[in-house]
Amino acid sequence: MSTVTLTIDNVQVEVEAGTTILKAAEKAGIHIPTLCYLEGINEIGACRVCVVEVEGAKTLMASCVAPVAQGMVVRTNTPRVRAARRLNVELLLSNHPMECPTCIRNLNCELQSLAQSLGIRQVRFEGRKVDYPKDTSTPALVRDPQKCILCRRCVAVCEKVQGVKAIAPLERGFDTVIAPAFQEPLYEVACVECGQCTLVCPVGALYEKDYTNEVWAALADPDKFVVVQTAPATRVSIGQEFGLPPGSINTGQMVAALRRLGFDRVFDTDFAADLTIMEEGSEFIQRLTKGGVLPLLTSCSPGWIKFIEHFYPELLPNLSTCKSPQQMFGAVAKTFYAQKAGIDPAKMVVVSIMPCTAKKFECQRPEMRDSGYQDVDYVLTTRELARMIKEAGIDFTALPEEQYDDPLGESTGAAVIFGATGGVMEAALRTAYELITGKELPSLDFYEVRGLKGIKEAVVNIDGTQVRVAVAHSLGHARQLLERVKAGEQYHFIEIMCCPGGCIGGGGQPIPTNTEIRAQRIAGIYNADKNMPVRKSHENPSIQALYREFLGHPLSEKSHHLLHTHYTPRGKY
Amino acid sequence: MEACKCGEKWQELDKIIAAHRNRPQDLIEVLHKAQELIGYLPKKVQVAIAEGLGVSLSEVYSVVSFYAHFTTKPKGKYQISICKGTACYVKGSPQILERLEKELGIKAGDSTDDGRYSLEVVRCLGACGLGPVMTVNKRAYGLMKPEKAVAVLQQYQ
Ligand code: SF4
Ligand code: SF4
Ligand code: SF4
Ligand code: FES
Ligand code: FES
Repeated sequence: MSTVTLTIDNVQVEVEAGTTILKAAEKAGIHIPTLCYLEGINEIGACRVCVVEVEGAKTLMASCVAPVAQGMVVRTNTPRVRAARRLNVELLLSNHPMECPTCIRNLNCELQSLAQSLGIRQVRFEGRKVDYPKDTSTPALVRDPQKCILCRRCVAVCEKVQGVKAIAPLERGFDTVIAPAFQEPLYEVACVECGQCTLVCPVGALYEKDYTNEVWAALADPDKFVVVQTAPATRVSIGQEFGLPPGSINTGQMVAALRRLGFDRVFDTDFAADLTIMEEGSEFIQRLTKGGVLPLLTSCSPGWIKFIEHFYPELLPNLSTCKSPQQMFGAVAKTFYAQKAGIDPAKMVVVSIMPCTAKKFECQRPEMRDSGYQDVDYVLTTRELARMIKEAGIDFTALPEEQYDDPLGESTGAAVIFGATGGVMEAALRTAYELITGKELPSLDFYEVRGLKGIKEAVVNIDGTQVRVAVAHSLGHARQLLERVKAGEQYHFIEIMCCPGGCIGGGGQPIPTNTEIRAQRIAGIYNADKNMPVRKSHENPSIQALYREFLGHPLSEKSHHLLHTHYTPRGKY
Repeated sequence: MEACKCGEKWQELDKIIAAHRNRPQDLIEVLHKAQELIGYLPKKVQVAIAEGLGVSLSEVYSVVSFYAHFTTKPKGKYQISICKGTACYVKGSPQILERLEKELGIKAGDSTDDGRYSLEVVRCLGACGLGPVMTVNKRAYGLMKPEKAVAVLQQYQ
């Protein structure tokens, strides 16, 4: 490795050759503001907010793309640099709708905080405003081109991380707009509604469709019985919205907050995750031992489901027929639980708290009405729940820890790990191993399938059969893995999660969500698993009771009717 | 590929695409050839090119919409060109363009939905003395004014 020594603001720093000035400055402890830059994903030098002065160079350089050189002398805080940064941000503001107080990103907006930190007190120019309309066509997302600053971070994530390429810069010059081809509404194109673009948008130009008003209305309606379920990944992320360190486990406070908001029952998607393992594990065992289509592909992630429907319809027979935990929950709540509690399912409203925008799409799919009603009525992201808690004036961090209600609130460690990439596989293996062999697993921890590596593989010996499993997260990695499968590589069981890191990195999670924060949330998930008294889905007493009292056994006719589904090939265009 | 206005040209297009299969870097060249062949680039032509070259439709349309040279609609029966060369420009051709855009309800580079008119901007036509100049199907009209230009269009129905 050859190194280069340079001076930044009189600090000498030695870095690897080829490093950018921005990274070198970071190493020297100097912060350079950025806007369009997203490490490893969007390094295009477009906004020029990160400019610095380099001795001997005529023009200012965009530090996020300019490489260091031996002996370089860089200044990051000169009058010329400050003026240029201000000018660039002022130009962005010159045609920006200044709606901060009512904007969804108010106080968590990179443009706003840049304007503040650069000391911009007035905007000297007034530019023609963009007149492209909002796109509200999908149930999950809103695109507002008027607030778009054309940083292209969304385009880069959609292309390089997700491999979907639903949106691109269109037209040119002043008319440039980020949109699907032909400016068709997002709903008409092969967008999987994962919301990864909403996580990286620095401003309020791409965001989740908000259903808090609908939920407030249901809560206020005395005729409605409103139950809520919380996804595994939300308990390790919600705290971030209230200033707690990313990855801190706030299950008990979240339950308490939901009760104070007025939900009639606070249940857990983790219960349904255990149920998913019973069904999907049994499906796997059946396909493995009786000869069915392999590899079995998991089906918990609605963004992934939409992806395979658009891009790999030929692999749909491999997809597990199991609904996602959220949808299993809805179907069970409006049948089994409604009966048991003596509630008219027509008056029951099921709300989900999810790390995910694609779940908003999923709950409205026509296939998801097996209870006789829409099984899940409203999906709120972690961000929306945090807004409701704030609106209600609840001091989240001061809340006592409370317990979920029974019976749909009981769960195991196997369920909570659904929130992290590799977790569904690990949970399924814990159960499948014991159901096939009848023996107890020597160790519950399958470390090979954990962590942020894009594609993970493991071989597990189950009763003499070498079971080959693989795990991919983010659709870009999913694509790579599926291509391997199509090329003839043999696997038995594959877990795919749409979002990087799994649900803990979902498109509805608190902003920012980046690699470091993902790792912290994953650590939180496995700690939560370790703390659970029961860590295998088949040992969940409430799940056992559900089968005893209602479903019969996994893959029973009733299970098939309520918990399984079919898919719709969609085409790419 | 039924009901395609480009019907018999489809085979020709397939050949062009085949020669550039899985070569995303050839996108502009292929679009250019396809437009020469068919006259415009409707969605299904762009889809075929996206599939053939191994790029997404959003990337294809990104390029098509970036260059004024490419068009997604067939040329109208009457092709109107407004000169925006320097001489015509200073003598007021932007106002003429603006007026015609309003009259026809389309932007320069576009065609009306009924397929009757298309409107484009051109560089100096070599008739600067007569500026601002406009042409309709190659016939030139000089010393234009916004309302006069609208009147000229009345003759082309
Ligand atoms: S995007 Fe940011 S700067 Fe723009 S209105 Fe919203 S909060 Fe304000
Ligand atoms: S929601 Fe996902 S697929 Fe759709 S545009 Fe955003 S990143 Fe791309
Ligand atoms: S929508 Fe957001 S992320 Fe995409 S280009 Fe615009 S400002 Fe950037
Ligand atoms: S952050 Fe460097 S140019 Fe935008
Ligand atoms: S500038 Fe219009 S004809 Fe020369």
